[in-house]
Amino acid sequence: MSFVSKPRFHHPRLPRNSLGLTRRDYEGAMSTLCAGCGHDSVSAAIVEACFELDLPAHRLAKLSGIGCSSKTPTYFLSKSHGFNSVHGRMASVATGANLANCDLTYVGVSGDGDTASIGLGQFAHAVRRQVDMLYVVENNGTYGLTKGQFSATNDRVSVGRKGQRNAFEAIDLAVMAIQLGASFVARGFSGDKDQLVPLIKAALTHKGFAFIDVISPCVTFNNHYGSTKSFEFVRDHEHSVLATDYVPYHETITASYAEGEVIDVTLHNQCRLRLRKLDSDYDPGDPVGAVRYIMDRQAQGEVVTGLLYLDTGDEDLRGKLEMTSRPLNSLDEDALRPSPEVLEAINVSLR
Amino acid sequence: MSPDEHRPGAGANAPGTHMRPTDITDPQYFHKVVDCQWACPAHTPVPEYIRMIAQGRYTDAYMVNWESNVFPGILGRTCDRPCEPACRRVRVEDKPVAICRLKRVAADYRGDIEHLMPEIASPNGRRIACIGGGPASLTVARDLAPLGYHVVVYDRDAKGGGMMRSQIPAFRLPQSVLDEEVDRILDFGIETRFDTDVTSLQSVLDEGYDAVFVGTGAPRGRDLQIPGRDEVAENFHIGIDWLMSVAFGHTDTVGRRVIVLGGGNTAMDCCRTAMRLGGEDVKVIVRSPFEEMKASPWEIEDAQREDIEILNNHVPLEFVHENGRLVGVTFEKVRPVYDDTGRRRLVPTGEEPAFFPCDDVLCAIGQENHFPWIERDIGLEFDKWDMPVVDRVTFRSTHPRVFFGGDAAFGPENIIWAVAHGHQAAISIDRLCEGRDLSERLAPHVTLVSQKMGMHEWSYHNMISEDQRYLVPHADKALALGDIRMEVELGFDERLGFDEAMRCLNCDVQTVFETGRCIECDACVDVCPVDCINFINNAPEPELRQQIRVPALDESQDLYVSDDLPTGRVMVKDEDVCLHCGLCAERCPTAAWDMKKFLYHEAKAQNQRLGP
Repeated sequence: MSFVSKPRFHHPRLPRNSLGLTRRDYEGAMSTLCAGCGHDSVSAAIVEACFELDLPAHRLAKLSGIGCSSKTPTYFLSKSHGFNSVHGRMASVATGANLANCDLTYVGVSGDGDTASIGLGQFAHAVRRQVDMLYVVENNGTYGLTKGQFSATNDRVSVGRKGQRNAFEAIDLAVMAIQLGASFVARGFSGDKDQLVPLIKAALTHKGFAFIDVISPCVTFNNHYGSTKSFEFVRDHEHSVLATDYVPYHETITASYAEGEVIDVTLHNQCRLRLRKLDSDYDPGDPVGAVRYIMDRQAQGEVVTGLLYLDTGDEDLRGKLEMTSRPLNSLDEDALRPSPEVLEAINVSLR
Repeated sequence: MSPDEHRPGAGANAPGTHMRPTDITDPQYFHKVVDCQWACPAHTPVPEYIRMIAQGRYTDAYMVNWESNVFPGILGRTCDRPCEPACRRVRVEDKPVAICRLKRVAADYRGDIEHLMPEIASPNGRRIACIGGGPASLTVARDLAPLGYHVVVYDRDAKGGGMMRSQIPAFRLPQSVLDEEVDRILDFGIETRFDTDVTSLQSVLDEGYDAVFVGTGAPRGRDLQIPGRDEVAENFHIGIDWLMSVAFGHTDTVGRRVIVLGGGNTAMDCCRTAMRLGGEDVKVIVRSPFEEMKASPWEIEDAQREDIEILNNHVPLEFVHENGRLVGVTFEKVRPVYDDTGRRRLVPTGEEPAFFPCDDVLCAIGQENHFPWIERDIGLEFDKWDMPVVDRVTFRSTHPRVFFGGDAAFGPENIIWAVAHGHQAAISIDRLCEGRDLSERLAPHVTLVSQKMGMHEWSYHNMISEDQRYLVPHADKALALGDIRMEVELGFDERLGFDEAMRCLNCDVQTVFETGRCIECDACVDVCPVDCINFINNAPEPELRQQIRVPALDESQDLYVSDDLPTGRVMVKDEDVCLHCGLCAERCPTAAWDMKKFLYHEAKAQNQRLGP
């Protein structure tokens, strides 16, 4: 790790967003992860996305569990709320926080150990419930903090650093999220911010559970020849199905495309996603087709990336529970206590 | 200068083609990244000596300077500081590192250096004449005497130093500092012929010198022939002559009301000197707008701090006199008008001429070369401006044995240019005496060494100081104005010197990229505090400059371009505001980035003999 703090000087011509902030204002503390860790690039992509969305940092909460990935919320958005929960329990904490104060934007950062092993049950139910949040898994297929054992997302064909065989089947979290009913599922790669930043922007804007599985190579334990989570492997075997362009609502789309190439989707905040099909066979609105496609490609040794599945029609958890639109923490006694007339009516109905 | 010299290491980038990988083996590429050293005519390794100051190694810091610019104590007080506007800190925050004042710290706190002086070789039988005892000639003497040359320095004054003694007032440059650095050179066995007015170059050549170096400066102050000039001769003084007269003690008073004409550094020295010789109402009146005054900003500030009024946009019309005595000067008021090419004209405003009463006028409107003592029939060509024809590389005139340097070569500049000229002339003279081709010059001596000490440890301090430029303490104004010999700037003490030294960004510790090691993980891009690193598809330079994260608008700053990477992209680094903090190298998992100290030493005459 670096022992010096990042100098506060920034480029004098660094752009500012509508809040008058530069990208640097969205950074956090200096990373203590290994040099070259993919996770730092994911943090940088979150910083970039929040900057470009003009998000006020103090209206955002970042949550995490335990692991290398779960350390990263310290390294971005130092002005935001944060909660570093116990191992695998980030999803529950996020669910509770979201119910208590729906006005904040929730970003959960987890890893393949925190989500696919100890936290698998938590993850599955957060997806089912459609908690309104962005759930990022920084997926490197290895337990970096405990010196490089295979994790549950490591592909069966992927060998260890010293050639060890991986005996167990891998969990594909993106496929699982589609199957469990997530309304936004994407896969990114920490080495491709051009793809990742628009995905994060769209996911932050999406209402409902947005899941991004980011392949984020572990340069120390899983970036060797024979690994399927290395920079080189992912670059050689990546197959992007949809290019995602996030279009703020006040901008008009000027580029023209041939029919069938482009899908425009309007998001919750009136912004649009323009999806450019890189593979004309792919339909991001068809969960069964999406899963089949991903698994077919996986069988051919390819990694499907981009926006994999999107459903803007489903309700989020609070809608499903028919909760008030106001944040619970803003409800005062008058709002919470039924009036005598209402109470009487309830009592009458029970007599 | 050809465009290639502005773009070292760029290779031949034909218009419309992708940028070629930067050739960092071209010593000028990294040299240009060290903005201060690049801007310094003598190419002093500035960050190197500033680090030494921070380490308390004042003697070493002094010697780095002495090797390069010969007069650290003098220049630490009087240099025109071309390095400071070039300092990267100007582009990163606002104010440059106080390089000049740090040079003085090295001079003020250094220890004994006698044992560090070069050994004087036994006489080689060659005799060299240096005409004029100023910084250019003394540099030639300093470079040649240790090689065994017998150097003879002529000067019309009683002591060496030239304009450093006659024109720079003692309140800016104490005599003791001047004497010490001048005498150190004269102690190299230099034969001095002071109090000697050279009236014929031919007669000097006749003495059989192997080479003659002319370093006579620009000794003639410009006169101002407007009505009344001759009538008020008694109270009209040419600035540099008057300063010399003060320096040598011939003048010790001036009238109560003084007008100084001119806006350069000589004008500033004149007005401040006048304040110390009894002037009470001292005005500087200058033709140009304030912003275009030639004087260094800090010298203008120093004058204003001493309550000297500066009036701009006034063109002198007439010296007004009564009964043969000067009573004042009238001026036409003008305003600047700029044409499309940015050229300035001064246009009368049409107002009534302004009259300012005064008792003395000091005229500091420029100075000129003057060579009445050089015969025009000895094979030494002069051009249409009556300046000697001098080669800009070898500093040789059209006479095979006569060389020029300093203000005498190409007109008035300043001390640091004179030193730079002196070094080059010394090389030429040595080559001439050795029978070698003068146009062939030794390459600079360059080293590039990794500063890595451990995982994330460097042998330089890479924590960037956010301190603002420190102000230098001044002597009490009342005391300073009462004593013409009292130095006004007191210099940094060791603590201030340390803090100011820490502001240096170590631009000589270079970011060196090795394409073959890079795995394109983006870690350097993410960590760079000033967004100067990019991984991007190659393109012609103008497009690349626009396409990187923060467009590179300053074309005087180069792009560092790598070979093609496995993804087909290239690494492009905009050198403009790089802090040299080393975080790219710290966050690089494969050591594709390394921080390497680039030391660049201009070749000197002694390198032709002794090796680097």
